[in-house]
Amino acid sequence: MLKIGVPSKGRLMEKTFDWFGARGVTMRQTGNEREYSGAVEGVAGVELVLLSAGEIPRELSAGRIHLGVTGSDLVRDKLADWAAQVAEVAPLGFGHADLILAVPACWIDVDTLDDLDAAAAAFRAAHGFRLRIATKYHRLVREFLTAQGVADYQLVDSQGATEGTVKNLTAEAIADITSTGETLRANHLKILSDGLIHQSQATLYAARGADWAQAAAPLAALAARLGVAVPQGIG
Amino acid sequence: MIAKPAIRAEAERLFAAFKAAGALPVDADILQPAGTLLDLYGEDIRARAYVTADPLVGEMMLRPDFTVPVVQAHMASLAEEPARYCYMGEVFRKQEHLDARAREYLQVGFEIFDGAAPPQADAEVFALFSDLLQGLGLRAVTGDIGILMAAVRGLDTTPRRKAALLRHIWRPARFRALLDRFAGRAPVPPARAQLLETLAGGAPQALIAAAGPLIGLRSEEDIAARAAALLEDAAAKPIAAPEAAMLYDLLGLQAPARAALDHLRGITPLLPAIAPAVDRFAARLDALAAHGIDPVTLPFEASLGRTSMEYYDGFTFAFLTDGNRPAVASGGRYDALTAVLGQGRQIPAMGGVIRPAMVAALRGAV
Repeated sequence: MLKIGVPSKGRLMEKTFDWFGARGVTMRQTGNEREYSGAVEGVAGVELVLLSAGEIPRELSAGRIHLGVTGSDLVRDKLADWAAQVAEVAPLGFGHADLILAVPACWIDVDTLDDLDAAAAAFRAAHGFRLRIATKYHRLVREFLTAQGVADYQLVDSQGATEGTVKNLTAEAIADITSTGETLRANHLKILSDGLIHQSQATLYAARGADWAQAAAPLAALAARLGVAVPQGIG
Repeated sequence: MIAKPAIRAEAERLFAAFKAAGALPVDADILQPAGTLLDLYGEDIRARAYVTADPLVGEMMLRPDFTVPVVQAHMASLAEEPARYCYMGEVFRKQEHLDARAREYLQVGFEIFDGAAPPQADAEVFALFSDLLQGLGLRAVTGDIGILMAAVRGLDTTPRRKAALLRHIWRPARFRALLDRFAGRAPVPPARAQLLETLAGGAPQALIAAAGPLIGLRSEEDIAARAAALLEDAAAKPIAAPEAAMLYDLLGLQAPARAALDHLRGITPLLPAIAPAVDRFAARLDALAAHGIDPVTLPFEASLGRTSMEYYDGFTFAFLTDGNRPAVASGGRYDALTAVLGQGRQIPAMGGVIRPAMVAALRGAV
């Protein structure tokens, strides 16, 4: 049996069902619409597991599911050395969002990472602590800023309403997901011109560490039906 | 693990040798307050050290090295100087990749706090390590970040540009990008050109007010000050080509130590600010020669130590095996670190560590 993890609610679940449905694989919730159980029709030997999108990277990493649909931002942020743990099977073309760095619009002197780095140095000298960047994407943001050679900042955790942290004086800048930029503008923030950290979209992943002995055959059938290639080293 | 007793025996042998060399054995807590290390290294260290949370004290880190706690203990004490310390214990390094580099390993280290004769201290540590690692087929490399820092301080450019270069001396890619821009080798990025045009178009206060409401802790004065600094920098003349060429040359300098010294003596008239650092280099080579280390064959790389833990600001060294493995031993001078952690006091200091697991493996004991 091949286990496939899919987001358990909302637009992400509906869009995922649509994507598979358009390729001849029907996924549906069974029982009550609030009940987290589902079924797959069109390919034999595939079991649907409904999960929170945020937990799908962990389940893939542990090999408790063979395939999973979740945002590429979550996989890259939650899994160290993500490409060694999961393989990308197919980008699904929805759930687009950009992880970006944003600063107050009134910072007329800051437009690039180079500016942010210099402003952080001056801020630390003037205020006595490292410039705070609020985010929930700690690994992605830290790796990006390390690669870019930005110093004198600190990441502060923000699990929601991140755009409000600057006004509330708990951070000086933010790194967050945006699609239209509407919330950023409403909170008087602007995106750095080279501050795009990751372009995320919903993606179908395969777990490298899962037990594929009983799942390889259903995977081959499913991949053929979906019209996607089985990634190297999977199955 | 069968290997552990052999590694511990090797560690004990090195530790005993350090004690015999006059070092006072010291220890450090495994749980270190995270704040000190974060302020020193920045967020980057979170990728390299295990962070854990104490419900009352806050964030703690599993000891990623001994130097910081040993410096703190020395600076807080009234210990006589010169002082020599040695230590032996586990350090912990988080690994972000599945290829298994060690996450926990023994380190045996030796540190000297001595303001009277730094070149002699440099040579003493290097010679001691060289002696202990003899016969293992290791390749020794030396360097000197102090010469590079002196060259930057001596550039004919604005204090702000020098400070920016010095701040990024341990981030080679960023340093290079800044130097390229300050030397006029890289064009002004379009975004920066546009920004400068905007800033030149009005008083900062008016521009800030037009850009949006003032939110956050970074004040109008902070913003206006940097806007002024940007305009001032745009008006500054580029670092002259011959001077910049000298710095590029220095960054890539690799030669046997004596030949490197001759080369540096040759360029000192063009970069007079490096003279004291070059004199220290010469004095160190003499001190090394007195310990039987031949400067004619000793490899020297001016940039060695720029990408490791960022506190070396003078002599650096490493003992390497072939391939892409971590150094068996490494060390360097960290005079500025003692000032950062010294709460008003400072003293020239120098030290290094050996990884006994790698030594034991080379001896065939593991």
